[in-house]
Amino acid sequence: MTATGIGAPVRRVEDRRFLTGNGNYTDDINRPGQAHAWILRSPHAHAKLAKVDTSKARAADGVLAVLTGADMAADGVGGLPCGWQIHNKDGSPMLEPGHPPLAVDKVRHVGDQVAIVIAETRGQARDAAELIAVDYDVLPAVIDMDAALAGGTLVHDDVPNNRCFDWEIGDKEATDAAFANAATIVSIDLVNNRLIPNAMEPRAAISDYDRTSGRHTLYTTSQNPHVIRLLMGAFVLQIPEHKLRVVAPDVGGGFGSKIFHYAEEAILTWAAAKVNRPIKWTAERSESFMTDAHGRDHESHAELALDADGKFIGLRVATKANIGAYLSTFGSSVPTYLYATLLAGVYQTPAIYAEVQTVFTNTVPVDAYRGAGRPECTYLLERLVAKAARETGIDPVELRKRNMIQPDQFPYQTPVALQYDCGDYPASFDAALEAADYAGFEKRRAAAEKVGKLRGIGISTYIEACGIAPSAVAGALGARAGLYESAQVRVHPTGSVTVYTGTHSHGQGHETTFAQLVSDTFGIPIENVEISHGDTDQVQFGMGTYGSRSLAVGGPAILKACNKVIDKAKKIAAHILEADVSDIEFADGKFTVAGTDKEMAFGEVSLAAYVPHNYPIEEIEPGLDENAFYDPLNFSFPGGCHICEVEVDPETGDVEIVGMTAVDDVGRVINPMIVEGQVHGGLTQGIGQALLEGCVYDSDGQLLSGSYMDYTMPRADDVPSYAASTKSVMGASNPLEVKGVGEVGAIGSPPAVINAILDALAPLGVEDISMPATPQKVWQAINGSTIRQAAE
Amino acid sequence: MYQFNYQKAGSADAAAKAVTSSEDGRFLAGGMTLIPTLKQRLAQPSDLVDLAGIGDLVGIEDGGDSVTIKAMTRHVDVANSPVVQSKIPALASLASHIGDPQVRNRGTIGGSLANNDPAADYPAAVLGLNATVITNKREIAADDYFDGMFTTTLEEGELITAVRFPVPGKAAYTKFPNPASRYALVGVMVAQTGGEIRVAVTGAGQDGVFRAAEIESALSGNWSADAAKGVKMSADGLNADIHASADYRAHLISVMASRAVAAAG
Repeated sequence: MTATGIGAPVRRVEDRRFLTGNGNYTDDINRPGQAHAWILRSPHAHAKLAKVDTSKARAADGVLAVLTGADMAADGVGGLPCGWQIHNKDGSPMLEPGHPPLAVDKVRHVGDQVAIVIAETRGQARDAAELIAVDYDVLPAVIDMDAALAGGTLVHDDVPNNRCFDWEIGDKEATDAAFANAATIVSIDLVNNRLIPNAMEPRAAISDYDRTSGRHTLYTTSQNPHVIRLLMGAFVLQIPEHKLRVVAPDVGGGFGSKIFHYAEEAILTWAAAKVNRPIKWTAERSESFMTDAHGRDHESHAELALDADGKFIGLRVATKANIGAYLSTFGSSVPTYLYATLLAGVYQTPAIYAEVQTVFTNTVPVDAYRGAGRPECTYLLERLVAKAARETGIDPVELRKRNMIQPDQFPYQTPVALQYDCGDYPASFDAALEAADYAGFEKRRAAAEKVGKLRGIGISTYIEACGIAPSAVAGALGARAGLYESAQVRVHPTGSVTVYTGTHSHGQGHETTFAQLVSDTFGIPIENVEISHGDTDQVQFGMGTYGSRSLAVGGPAILKACNKVIDKAKKIAAHILEADVSDIEFADGKFTVAGTDKEMAFGEVSLAAYVPHNYPIEEIEPGLDENAFYDPLNFSFPGGCHICEVEVDPETGDVEIVGMTAVDDVGRVINPMIVEGQVHGGLTQGIGQALLEGCVYDSDGQLLSGSYMDYTMPRADDVPSYAASTKSVMGASNPLEVKGVGEVGAIGSPPAVINAILDALAPLGVEDISMPATPQKVWQAINGSTIRQAAE
Repeated sequence: MYQFNYQKAGSADAAAKAVTSSEDGRFLAGGMTLIPTLKQRLAQPSDLVDLAGIGDLVGIEDGGDSVTIKAMTRHVDVANSPVVQSKIPALASLASHIGDPQVRNRGTIGGSLANNDPAADYPAAVLGLNATVITNKREIAADDYFDGMFTTTLEEGELITAVRFPVPGKAAYTKFPNPASRYALVGVMVAQTGGEIRVAVTGAGQDGVFRAAEIESALSGNWSADAAKGVKMSADGLNADIHASADYRAHLISVMASRAVAAAG
């Protein structure tokens, strides 16, 4: 290991610019002659657009244009596409109603786009927007999923019962047979609460059109600029790739919400060509709340069948997933293949059957949010296992151990499509139990009781499928894109290196981790390596960053390109050193003729490649610049155990998290400091979901939790000092043997928190509490209160 | 925000005159509520009259058996004042927990009281400690000042210049914060001043801050945490929202009052 190589806790090289306010975010960019946009949004959850009169707005000061859905339709602009086609139980495809970027005949959620005003200043655009007279014919809103499925009110006239699809996975007959033989059946009804992503940087975009070349440029807050170019260019605006550049510069957090192709990107790109001016739009925080795709929002009924020995013999799950008003880019994949394929968890359950209905409602579209389907799955499974332990009287640790997949069972084929490649679940479980001093808990519970507090401990084990994904597998399951990754490794004449990666960093620290990988492989200082990402004019291609895929899929692409460089450099060195290429060894940044003291430094070889005076020109080309694509053969499977300890104030219902232990198997660790930071962030978001964050709509579809006054983001004082460690098992199905770390914290922690609260309240007879476990809910549970919140 | 005229006043009288002579003028103190309201275009005043330059409106005076805090004194200065800390520690502590550091470094006692947010902390201090609100026109007793949610008995153009707090024998403020906004879901100031016991509740009432007569009467016979906790408050007239039902708020009033009594000693 070099000082900056694989395994070194190198300080993040990008932090200097971020911490000193020198990041270059979309809103920091200004184009010559730039105009500003304001988007008029629907105040109603569901209404017919009877008339949109823009005449006064168009005449207002500074206004360049006011454009509506009718204008877009007249120009033949397409709808926003969905990137994953799911099939119903009967084999028919899901229903994909139209998703116009600007509403045409109806608005379908509060915040839906009605018109864009383009003016010299943002204030003028906003002033003019208030002059647009919209005649809304307000319709009843459908918010509740059961009401939606009853079909009285239709979000889309061409989607009966508001059902997008009715999907299944697993062997129903085998599962039913297992239940017929069960000694115990444990069932649970759960809501996985809807979350509103809150990246520090709101979404923003700048569109620029060059009339002379016919080229469009879009600067946007995206986790995957090439995907936006593909979706927007091919499906919405019919702009070929060579005429469309998409740049995602520094992006201040995404958590999934910046994966998707949003309406504003298409509206601005289209409008800039119409007005022949660059246009900037930056969301206000209120707009973020009502337009960034939300996360989670499941209602599930699950049953676990156990035999007389407490072995899991069957799992049956029925889930309703709220998909919002429109199908977002990956909205259909999250509650299906990213969710139900993980239902085996770390257990040997032989028969699993799950069915999922997705439902349109008059709410913001729902799509991937940190964890995307896997937190929903883990929450369901670990709440169910905890309940099974209580109902069977088997200790929760023992019950889990009795059912865990053992280290000698890999590769392990689950009954829900996935094949786990490697892992040691008992090892991380034992490590977490020890780190959390599980054995000493009862003493701590007794001590808490003396000061009037109820103390509880909760366990969650989890597994996730990351490194998304093998293209062939994803394609067979309905993905409309490949999911490989690419890298260009450009060695410059004097030996410094620029790497172009198709992944995108928006807080993950790729500029450091990837540079460490290159530093290690080439034996050169990290300062000699630059990581470039985010600009489709610079980066060859890429599928972007989500699903903990950047290192697991993007990393091997970089490694492959590095190895191509080394192979070529060896030929150059062999020629100059007058040796056979098979005798050239490369280590510590030096090419050596085996058994001699003849050597060339990395930079000497690169210089020779670009100044090819003495060069094997008949065999190889000049230059040292290699490209590689990598498509994995399997997902990677991080797993682990999270243990939470809480103290509940029974007088107020307030829950304090007094301990949070995470032991995660993330495979090979490139930068342990970044890994720990990712785990801390994920745990905090998981605690946010479990205790604090809840999106609330009223029955009219108004967003009651539409600002930080009412939507509770986790703050530093809401979380404890974490005990996070890794216990990695090598053998992941990629050359780096990495598994992914971005999502583990958010996946594993929520059920640990809720199980801890239920453990604390068990002496009072409390058996259920829903997320977020707010003080009021906990107090009501303690008091058996049937009082309903005013908003319900 | 919409366009408005900005005026900077040199004295309290000039400020009052500027507001009354404008079409729809508003005083601007710390701006911690007003500026966000304007940014969201929820208000459209013709004029903002900035009080920040009026030196006479800043400062804390030790009056022996009272402490007078001038209207433009920031929360952070109340929290850190040796006078307030020694004479009325409950008030210093309350000020130290208003909002966040940014708010405490901009927000003022006068601005908070003029706004009378039903979940703000200062109204509980003024009512619980039986303070007197001093304006450019008169003195208003705490019991006569608050007049419902976001409403006070201040008249058009009337400007708070200071607040005079009698030094209590015992006092403490305890709040249960709204998990999201961290305003008071329920905040209770309990105080013994002279022979009088006062219990003022913020955050809970539909009409803003109010005195919990039931708890005052329980405490007057028995100044103890248990006495406060034993009072079952009615939920009538209490707020209900996505964070707390009226019943939960009613329950929290007794709990917070009992903890405040315990803290007051």
